[in-house]
Order: sequence, then C-alpha cells, then structure tokens
Amino acid sequence: MNTVVQARGLLKKFRERAVVRGIDLDIPAGRCFGLLGPNGAGKTTTLRLLLGQSPVSGGEIRVFGLPIPQAGRAVRARTGVVPQADNLDPDFTVAENLRIYGGYFGIPGGTLDGRIRDLLAFVDLADRADARIATLSGGMKRRLTIARALVNDPELVVLDEPTTGLDPQVRHMIWGRLRDLRQAGKTLLLTTHYMEEAERLCDELIIMDQGRILEQGAPAALVRKHAEPEVIEVRGEERLARQSLASAGEGRFEAVGDTYYYYTRDARAVVKQLEGMPGLTFLHRPANLEDVFLKLTGRELRE
Amino acid sequence: MATLLLPRFRGAALAVWRRNTLVWRKLMLPSIFINFGEPLLYLLGLGYGLGMFIGEMMHMPYLTFLASGILASSAMNTASFEAMFSVYTRMIPQKTYEAILATPLEVQDILAGEMLWCATKCVISGSAILAVAALLGAVHTWQALWVLPVLFLIGLCFSGLGLIMTALAPGYDFFNYYVTIVLTPMFILSGVFYPVSSLPAALQAMVQVLPLVHAVDLIRPLVAGLPLTHVALHLAVLAGYGAAGYLIAVRLARRRLLV
Repeated sequence: MNTVVQARGLLKKFRERAVVRGIDLDIPAGRCFGLLGPNGAGKTTTLRLLLGQSPVSGGEIRVFGLPIPQAGRAVRARTGVVPQADNLDPDFTVAENLRIYGGYFGIPGGTLDGRIRDLLAFVDLADRADARIATLSGGMKRRLTIARALVNDPELVVLDEPTTGLDPQVRHMIWGRLRDLRQAGKTLLLTTHYMEEAERLCDELIIMDQGRILEQGAPAALVRKHAEPEVIEVRGEERLARQSLASAGEGRFEAVGDTYYYYTRDARAVVKQLEGMPGLTFLHRPANLEDVFLKLTGRELRE
Repeated sequence: MATLLLPRFRGAALAVWRRNTLVWRKLMLPSIFINFGEPLLYLLGLGYGLGMFIGEMMHMPYLTFLASGILASSAMNTASFEAMFSVYTRMIPQKTYEAILATPLEVQDILAGEMLWCATKCVISGSAILAVAALLGAVHTWQALWVLPVLFLIGLCFSGLGLIMTALAPGYDFFNYYVTIVLTPMFILSGVFYPVSSLPAALQAMVQVLPLVHAVDLIRPLVAGLPLTHVALHLAVLAGYGAAGYLIAVRLARRRLLV
C-alpha cells in the first residue's frame, strides 16, 4: 500500500516550548486518517508542518514521497486544505471564491468552469453561486470551504476540525460528503475532538496529547483494547452514586465533572441496583471512543 | 536554508495581482471618481491659486511644476497606503494569505503580486491626474506619456517600503508613525511644491537619499517637455529601494506568517 504522508521524529518548538514532541506518522493512501486530541494537543501544528506552512524544529517529512519543506509547492498543488477557521475571500461571491482559488493553482479557466459547477452541486450550494460571502450561514461557509479545498482535484484532503460549531444537519451532510471523497479514492487526514466524528469517519486514528502520540489504531480496536465493553454513566447525588457503584464489585470507576463512569464486563447487577435509586439518573451503553479518549487523555479524578 | 535564497519571480504572483484587479473592478466607479477628484482639487486649488502669485517656477508655469510633483507624490501615497492598509487587511483580519498559503504560492509570490498590483494602481490613478493636468493645460508634450511606466516604478518602490511596515505592524495605528515620520516630511521636502534647490545646502544633500526626490526629478521634465538628467541614477534609486523593501518584507512576512 502507498504511503501518502510519512513523518519521522517530528518536532516543533515555539521558542522553548515544544508543542510537537517527536511523533511518527504513516498515512496510507485512500484511507481516512484522524488526529484526535484535546485542545492544545498539537494537531493543527502537525498539519501545518506536514504542508510546509510552518518550519520544523526537527524530524523528517515526506508527502507523496516528496521532502517537506523543499517540495512544499508541489505537495500543496496535490493537496486540498480545509482550515479550522473559515478564510473565504469576502470580496468575492461564492462562485468567484472557487474561481480565484483555482487561479492560485494555475488551473485554466475552461477546466474551472465545469469543476466549479460540479463542486457547488457537490456541497449543495448551486443556487447560491452569486451570493456574497457575508450573506452565507456558518454551515454554508464551511461547505464552500470544503468545495474550495477540492478545486484542484487533490489526492490528499486535509481537514482541521471540519465540523466544529455546526448544527447536526450540516455535520451529517459533511460526513456524507467526506465518505463520498474517500469512496472516490482520496486520502483524508482530519483533526477533531468529536469522538463521534472520528468513530464514524476514520479507518485509523491517532490519539495525541501534549505533542505526543498516546495510541494508534482503528477506532473499534482501540475501544476493545482500552475500555471494558459496557459503561454506566451516573449523575445525581455524589455520595449516593459513589456508594452504589463502589458496592458493585469489580469494574473501573471514574469521575469526570459531575458524572461518574463505571466500566465493566457485565453491568446487569449494577443496573438493577441503580433502578431502585430515585435520586440518581443513569445511562447504560456500550463503550465508545470517548471512553478511550478520556482514559488516555483525561485529567479526571481517578478513584 | 531556503530562507537564505533570493526569492525569484514566478508567474504565480500574477494570480494575486489578478485577484486584486478583480476586486478593484467591482469598486471601479467610486475609485475612479476619487482618482479624478483629488488631483483636480489640488491642481485647481493650489495650482491656480498659488500659481497666480508665483507665475513661473524653474522655467515652467507653476501649474506644470505642481502637477508633476503631485503625480510623483500621489503615486507614493497610492502605493504606500495600498501596501500598508489594504495588504494588512488581507494579511491579518481577512486571512486571505492564510488561504493562499495552502496553495502552491509562497510568501514571496504573494508580496510580489501585491507590489505589482500597487504599481498598477499607481498607473491607473496617475493616468487620471495626467488627464486632469492635460485638460488644465499643464502638460506640454506627448513625452509626458513616459510618466506612466515611471509611475509603475515609483509604485514598486514605495509598495516595497510599505510592505516592510505591514509585515511589522501590530495594528493599523502603527502606520501613522510611518506616515508622520517618513511620508509627510518626504512629501514636504522632495520638491513637490518648490524646488529642492531652495532648501538650505546641508538639507539639499540629505534629501538626495529620499526616493521621492528622484521620482520628482524623473517626472517633472517628462511633463514639462524638458531634457532629463541623471536618468540612470534616479531609476536605480527607485528600483533599489523597491528591491530592498521587497527582500526585507519577504523575510519579515515569512517570520510572521510561517509560524
């Protein structure tokens, strides 16, 4: 399998503060690869390093087999980027934004015409082609930014928190489009701190915190490896919750904020006990990526 | 070290020039109105008003003297303000460059495109001034059309210097220093309103380092239909400031944008 992105010992310091501390990456072609981590984990910085938009403090990067930053131009010509904050050009309309951006890639006007039409249809903005950017909603701007990232028909699409701050309808629409892109054979590299997004989209992901890689693998495999299959979340009076879970026997107990998590292989006995306690509300569910994430990155009070 | 290499001009810079041209086209009417209105005010107000008392200056009607000075100084202002306020807007609040830097373009291409655009804008607004001056009878020869390429060079010169300020600016207020400490004194001292030869001798030598002096020295004989002197020197000073400004601005902007 082809490796699209390869990084070895990637290091980035801002003055004396290291934000990326020696990470290795191997991102195979045609997959959706996620970088997960809390705010400040070094996700965005890592993306900037990979595209030659930020000088490295150490380590080696190859994208499409080409060295970064030396081949930055050639690599970016084959890459689409969806930045964390929209930076559409407010001086132009929706269609003009795509046209101007295509110009930066040197795409001839004739090729652009058809591509702009297709992309606007792809992100469901065909009827807004002549709208000014200021008149678009947040979701429309995000969709246009995604279309813009595709204007050069990239092999690699890099998305930095593609759905942060969007309503559920738009998020689902964008997830659908990203799956379409993956189906079309593009390699996707995305950062997120939405576990649901990572679980739905990513074939493989890395969990990072404080500039280091904590864990890597397929979402389901990570859940199997790090979390017991069943979870009970309990909210309510603290003393009562602790008591009821403490008496539940083997199993792992964690407190995050005002919620108590109980991880176990078999939750039936505890569920029965909790049902008889009107002072508590609880949720019994299968383990998911968020449990893994909290286990690996959480600074919660462990019991 | 790629950062130590001299930036080389690439066609990619034209994409940035084209972007700005298209934005300008959208606001063409009001900006053309301003392009004509401002010089008309200067030339009518100062040229006719003062001209009545002054009559001739340096063997030419005062209106011609002033019009050639205004051509040079307004190119300075046009390029400086575009390179500072407009470029800053695109660089920081509007994040236009952040978007462009995700494409094959690099910082040196963006700044080269901006300088080309600033210079183009100088030619556009300078053409309006030249037309107004000609209508008022201040232009005496077709030779004056050579002013247009000179305006382009003046535009490159002052946009290069302005871009240094932009790359350093923490905010728009910062530009006031440059305007007050550099541009305004240069406007007063560079022979726009009166000949440099009427300054005290020591000051005369000092103002020779100001690029606007050389811009005026090129434009004035072209407008008045007089022979040019020290052409190579004047061109070299303008080109030198522009090139130095570009190189320094690229260095500073890289440090600011590629973090």
